[in-house]
Parts: sequence; C-alpha cells; structure tokens
Amino acid sequence: MGQQIPIVDYLVLEGSAPHLVAHVCTNCGALYFDRRNACGNCGKREFDTRALGTEGAVRSFTIVHRAAPGVPTPYVSAIVVLDGGGVVKSNVLNCPPDPDHVRLGMRVRLTTFVAGTDDDGTEAIAFGFEAA
Amino acid sequence: MSGDNVWVLGAAMTKFGRYADKDLVDLGSDAALDALDDGGVTIHDMDVLAAGNMAEAMSGVGQRIQKQIGQTGIPVYNVTNACATGATAIRSVYLAIKAGEADMGLAIGVEKMGKQGLLGAAGKARGDRKVFEPGGRYGAVMGVEGVLGTGLMPGVFAQAGMEYANEHDGVGFEQFAKVAEKNHAHSTLNPLAQYQKAFSLDEVMNAEMMSYPNTLLMCCPTGDGAAAVVLVSEERLRSLSPEQRSRAVKISASVMTSDPWTDTDQVQPDVNTLTRQAAAKAYDIAGVDPQDLDLVELHDCFATAELIHYDNLQLCKPGDAGKFIDERGPWRDGAIPVNVSGGLISKGHPLGATGIANVYEVSTHLRGEAGDRQIPDARVGLTHVIGLGSACAIHVLEKAAL
Repeated sequence: MGQQIPIVDYLVLEGSAPHLVAHVCTNCGALYFDRRNACGNCGKREFDTRALGTEGAVRSFTIVHRAAPGVPTPYVSAIVVLDGGGVVKSNVLNCPPDPDHVRLGMRVRLTTFVAGTDDDGTEAIAFGFEAA
Repeated sequence: MSGDNVWVLGAAMTKFGRYADKDLVDLGSDAALDALDDGGVTIHDMDVLAAGNMAEAMSGVGQRIQKQIGQTGIPVYNVTNACATGATAIRSVYLAIKAGEADMGLAIGVEKMGKQGLLGAAGKARGDRKVFEPGGRYGAVMGVEGVLGTGLMPGVFAQAGMEYANEHDGVGFEQFAKVAEKNHAHSTLNPLAQYQKAFSLDEVMNAEMMSYPNTLLMCCPTGDGAAAVVLVSEERLRSLSPEQRSRAVKISASVMTSDPWTDTDQVQPDVNTLTRQAAAKAYDIAGVDPQDLDLVELHDCFATAELIHYDNLQLCKPGDAGKFIDERGPWRDGAIPVNVSGGLISKGHPLGATGIANVYEVSTHLRGEAGDRQIPDARVGLTHVIGLGSACAIHVLEKAAL
C-alpha cells in the first residue's frame, strides 16, 4: 500500500478529520486557498493559516453533462459556503446528479475519496461534499 | 464636456460563422475596409489603430491587417482582454482621441475559432504525471477539472445563474430557457447572425444538456468573424459632410471596470459586481436612465448570464429578472428589447469581434438602417461585454444632432 497525498495543498489529511485550510489576511480577514503575494482586498501582506469548517450549504451548483476529456459525467459541481467562513468549489458526491436531488441551499459536509494513483502507488486524495 | 465627445463615424461587421476560405487577416480587413467605407473615410485619415484578438494575440494582428489595407505609420495597439477584447480595442482608440493625440481612429476586432469546443478547461491534463508532485498556486498534484468542481464556461455561467436563482424567487430552468428562445427568435431577422433559426421553449429545454441549467441551445457557439468601427472627435466630425454628420452616433459613455474583490470571486467568478459598477457609472456619465434605453446588446454567452444582467444593468426592478423575461420585457416588442441581433447565443461569439459587433448593432438601429430587425425610433442604446477574469465594458450610444 502506497502513501496518500492531498490533491491540493489546502486539503489537510493529517491529524484530526480531513478539512480545508485557508490563508487569512491578518488585516481584513479575507480568506484564500492559493499561494499569496498580497491581499486582493486590502493589499496588506501578512497572512495566518486557518482551519475551515467541514459543513456548509450549497450556494450554487451545475450538473455537468458535457465535460473535459476523461472526466466521467454527469457530475455535480457546487459552490459551498462553509459554516464559520470560507467559500469553496467542488463536486457534490453520493447524490443522484439531477435537479430533483441536488438543491440550492442543501446542507452538506466534506468527504474525501481517492482521485488517482501514481506509478509509485501514491494515492491522490480529493475532497467533495455530500448531503449532511 | 459636450465638445469632448467621441462619435462612431463608421461601423461594419462580417457575417459571423465559419470561414474555411478566409484567415484572420481576411476577416479583419473585410470589416476594417467596410467600416472605413461606411464612414466615408480612408485608412489615410486614421491617426491610430487598435486591433483586438485572442487566438493569435502574439502575432501583431493590427500590423498584419495594416499590411493589407494600408501601412501609414500610425501607432497600432494590439489588445487582448478575454471576451471584452473588442471593446478594449474601441477604448484604446477612444482614449487616444480623448487624450488629444488622435482625431480619428480605427478599432478592429477579429477571431477565428472554428469548431473549438468547450472553452476554459484549466490546469493540467489528467494522467500527465507519473509521480504526484504538488505544483502551481494550489499545490495540485493532478488536474482538478471535474474533480474539484468545474471551470468550463458552460458550468461557470450556470453556477452564476444558479446563484441568482438561490437568492431570488421565480427564477429557474424555464426562465433561463426563455432567454434562449427569445434570442434564437430574434436572430431570424438578422442576416449577419451565425444561426437564424427559431426554436420553441420545449426544444430549448429538451436540447442536449451541457451544464444544467444550460442546454446546447442556451450556449453561444464558437465561430469566426470580425467587426470594426471608425471613431472620430467631435471637432473633426464638425468638418465632415452633412451626410457623415447625420449618420454619426454619439458615444455618451464608455466605461470599463475589472472585478473588485468579493469574498467568493477567486473561487467562482463574480460577473455581477463589475457590471453593476460599470452600469451605474455609464448611466451617470451619459445622463441616461435605464428605462430610457430603446435597445440593449448584452453579453449572453450563456442564457444564465443574460438573465442576471437584466438585474445588473437595472433593466428590471431588483430581483425581478425572472419576472422580466416571463413578461417578455426583453423581447423586441417588449419594454426594453435585449439582443435583437440574436445575441451571442445565435448571432455568434468570435471572441475578439464581439465587443465591436454590439456597437455596430446598436449604431445601425440608431441610424435607422437595421432593416427587418429595426427597433422603431431607436434613439439611445447600450452595449455590454464581460471578459471573464474579469473585464466589463459598457458603451451608451445615442442618436444626436451635431
């Protein structure tokens, strides 16, 4: 059995339950997932790291039927507002991909899955959301 | 400030579609020469040239077109700004005239896309790496498209529309579909549209689903085409013939914005805030009330996008975009006709040309020269484009005496 690695560096697998972390601007509180040069809101350059909540609500979604090559369809892409702050995009999992089952405002929680395995047997762990 | 106005002297566009026998330079030259002829001027009258294009942006598109239509030594600006590229070319000429460096200039927008397919797939292709190694600004070890949501255009704009549906009552799949029903119907009157075929609401809703709620008939096509305008200072316009003066269209506002920071825009592009800011500024500068508009050409890259811009551009009461389309407000015989050209959805969307083709469309109506699709007695119109990333450009155009 190989090792596991997060698909992106803002997904934390070690320690307690899997969760997302954000860079938080120490001046204005803006949250970011990417490597930062400065704050897009206030322009200041100091950041802390903050663990984000693992539950939230679907603010928007789309059900993708025609996708990039190699991506299984249909799947649900959603914008999720996390409890306690932070907005993130990922797939809604374990839910029939139709508008009768995916609903605006639905409560969801973070879950993880194996998105791929490399030649060393290392598994890339991705996150998505499922109904809470 | 009245003496500082910039006017549209000439305007032209090619039919949008697919041109196997014409390259970028052919299409750009066609539109440029037609716009010069339309304005009753020549390339030798131009003090500045701006060329907008995405796909061959590194190739000196403006100079390549100059070498076909006239190398006069004037400054050339090659610009690119996503789907706002054409409007950015217009503004480059507009600013040169405003600055007093030019009296007259030519803005060209051109694109050859062919059957390019879905736009916006970002990041690495899946399976490229044999050994996972974090890279990029998110430390991704593999392509994330389709794994961590979608960044493809049909989905991004679907999510933008569904955000609006989440916040407002009376907005759903049917309202979004009605937008496409309207634009396809409008396009049947426009001989320059890439497609000129009407579809029923049922046909729109039952077409192949691309990215819910956007079906195939709710997505703009890729294609080829070009558009061009000749802009002139008010002072120079006064020296031209009565016919040139009578057909000239006043640019009452030319505004560009980028997306201000919001707490979600780096995750899901926010096409609303910058449009709202641009619209407010444009109405203020022009002294025009949204309810005074006789027609609007707005950026309907997807049906979901058009609906939310009814609200962003203040064409309806706040939150009433669903009601506005339900009551046929944006149809050509409605309260404020929107996209009577057929819009991007049916007229087509050759990226670099779009932000000039909409100025051609509105100008043609203000001149009373739009033929079968003429909006009667049109006196004031608005054009709007969004380049994702984002850039928004709005022009308010008026029929005015000089």
